[in-house]
Amino acid sequence: MNPLLGALPVRKTIVYVLAAAALLILPFVAALGGQAWVRIVDFAILYVFLALGLNIVVGFAGLLDLGYIAFYAVGAYLWALLASPHFGLHLPFWVILPLGAIVACFFGVLLGAPTLKLRGDYLAIVTLGFGEIVRIFMNNLNAPINITNGPQGITLIDPVAIGDFKFSTVSTLFGITFSGPQKYYYLLLVLVVGVIIINIRLQHSRIGRAWQAIREDEIAAKAIGINTRNMKLLAFAMGASFGGIAGGIFAAMQGFVSPESFSLIESIMILAMVVLGGMGHIPGVILGAVLLTVLPEALRYAVVPVQKAVFGEVLADPESLRMLIFGLALVLVMRFKPAGLWPSPDRRRELAEKSR
Amino acid sequence: MDIFLQQVINGLVQGAIYAMVALGYTMVYGIMGLINFAHGEVVMIGTLVAITVVTFLLKLGFPVWLAGGMGIVAAAGVCLVLGWSLERIAYRPLRGAPRLTPLITAIGMSIVLQNLAMMIWGRNYMTFPSIIEKTQYEIGGAAFTNVQVLVVLVAGISMGGLLFLVYRTKLGMAMRATAQNPGVAGLMGVNANRVISSAFVIGSVLGALAGVMVGVYYEIAHYQMGFMLGLKAFTAAVLGGIGNLAGAMAGGVLLGLIEALGAGYIGDLTGGFLGSHYQDIFAFVVLIFVLMFRPSGLFGEKTGDRA
Repeated sequence: MNPLLGALPVRKTIVYVLAAAALLILPFVAALGGQAWVRIVDFAILYVFLALGLNIVVGFAGLLDLGYIAFYAVGAYLWALLASPHFGLHLPFWVILPLGAIVACFFGVLLGAPTLKLRGDYLAIVTLGFGEIVRIFMNNLNAPINITNGPQGITLIDPVAIGDFKFSTVSTLFGITFSGPQKYYYLLLVLVVGVIIINIRLQHSRIGRAWQAIREDEIAAKAIGINTRNMKLLAFAMGASFGGIAGGIFAAMQGFVSPESFSLIESIMILAMVVLGGMGHIPGVILGAVLLTVLPEALRYAVVPVQKAVFGEVLADPESLRMLIFGLALVLVMRFKPAGLWPSPDRRRELAEKSR
Repeated sequence: MDIFLQQVINGLVQGAIYAMVALGYTMVYGIMGLINFAHGEVVMIGTLVAITVVTFLLKLGFPVWLAGGMGIVAAAGVCLVLGWSLERIAYRPLRGAPRLTPLITAIGMSIVLQNLAMMIWGRNYMTFPSIIEKTQYEIGGAAFTNVQVLVVLVAGISMGGLLFLVYRTKLGMAMRATAQNPGVAGLMGVNANRVISSAFVIGSVLGALAGVMVGVYYEIAHYQMGFMLGLKAFTAAVLGGIGNLAGAMAGGVLLGLIEALGAGYIGDLTGGFLGSHYQDIFAFVVLIFVLMFRPSGLFGEKTGDRA
């Protein structure tokens, strides 16, 4: 049953090898459509990272968190403050990323501790409020002491760099030329594979089973001796630290952070990725994250030509039309696939039993 | 002292608006256990419809009271249809689905409505035609206008009407029964679908009224205004104990007061370190503190441990 170390049948091995090869050449395939598409792929992976982090809180432990973006923001701002001309600090990434994880983890516990008694929607609104509080502070902490530079945000943030090897510039390795976004792709790929492995291992561990028990019935979980308080805090802390790391990479990749990137709608989008894909099911969450990142971008390229082809002119504002279609897609998917696009087998079975 | 009184007046007016919107959330939640995230957008559309109708009728030379009245009727009508179809499209097909599913459709609908509004009314701020001549009154060194009085009056009357409806009519009895136990209510001959539809419709009409009041009071509207308003109103509903009508009203007024007083005094309290632009965090900080000590809100009944 061990999904990582157990002996793999030949066919599965072939599938995995092919998938790995596809992932390795993906940035070069995407580059055919321009570097913009490589960046979109980068963001898809970053959102997979975030969605998997939120999946620990929402999917595994069943705690509805609408303020997840706050941890992403904490990670991003920490990187921005420690590696930019704003304070004149330029720490290397192997210092900032672990620090980002720790600080975000601290914030996770800070949020988790007062909300332990809350259930369902009360928890949702408190986490939402927490996210807003963090964003408002980032927006306003430019006076009297300028910490976050307010709504203008922080610019000229250092990229990820190992020695002199910067991830933001074009460079040639082994005779192949890599663009900045392509290099970030491989970095993100390594990180996200790590996160996926941690997630899979967690799910089948004692901790993962404890979370599942809490999700299904908290009272029963307590009764069989699970320390629900510590387990819930652990879920918040782990989810938060993943968010913190993702935030750091985001800041480095963009070279710029501002409070605008961390609004409530972002939290909601990540939650939508988790739910749309299939809560608690790792492949489903990955699918949801990729789909919800790529779909709005693909629509961006599609709405204008399609309108021209059908009506001969651009009738509706493309930006709002693409979001409109996106919103409709959310509704329709949930309407016809209430458990998500790719729910876990357990979940599918439960639903089937209920409707019988 | 006059700053205090002034902020209390401002807070009461703002709170009355929050309370009206919060009722829409709490009614739907009380009956279905569902957060209707798109409710804020319904309010926004109410405001924009009213602006369009009133501006148009005033241009045609209609008297002010008629134009205003038609604006309210139009806004209420549009929101009524909107609330009803929202439930039919996004929520009814999903009864019995996992709990988070309707939350996502609600978010989807909210995105759809917001962008639809932007396509119709554009990105720019719209001004509400000033249909009421503003007169200012003074009491104990604090000023208030007749518009503020109107907002509080409309809020008070509509809440009174709602309470009458829920506690004194047959439909209200059906609503309360469905909220307690939909299955048993069904056995007693209550048509749950009709009750739920009417909860959405009533909530949306209240939302439309609130939207018109927002327009009249602030004289400005925008396709994105529904989001923050909805968020605050939902916070108010939770603060009072979600699902509880009186709680939503109290929560709304309380939230308005806290925000106004907080914004008025935070500068003095922190020695100028934090300014009034931190207004928005009060709502959430107070919410977190209240819920720490009363996990089901101020007036919420303690629910069973299985949510």
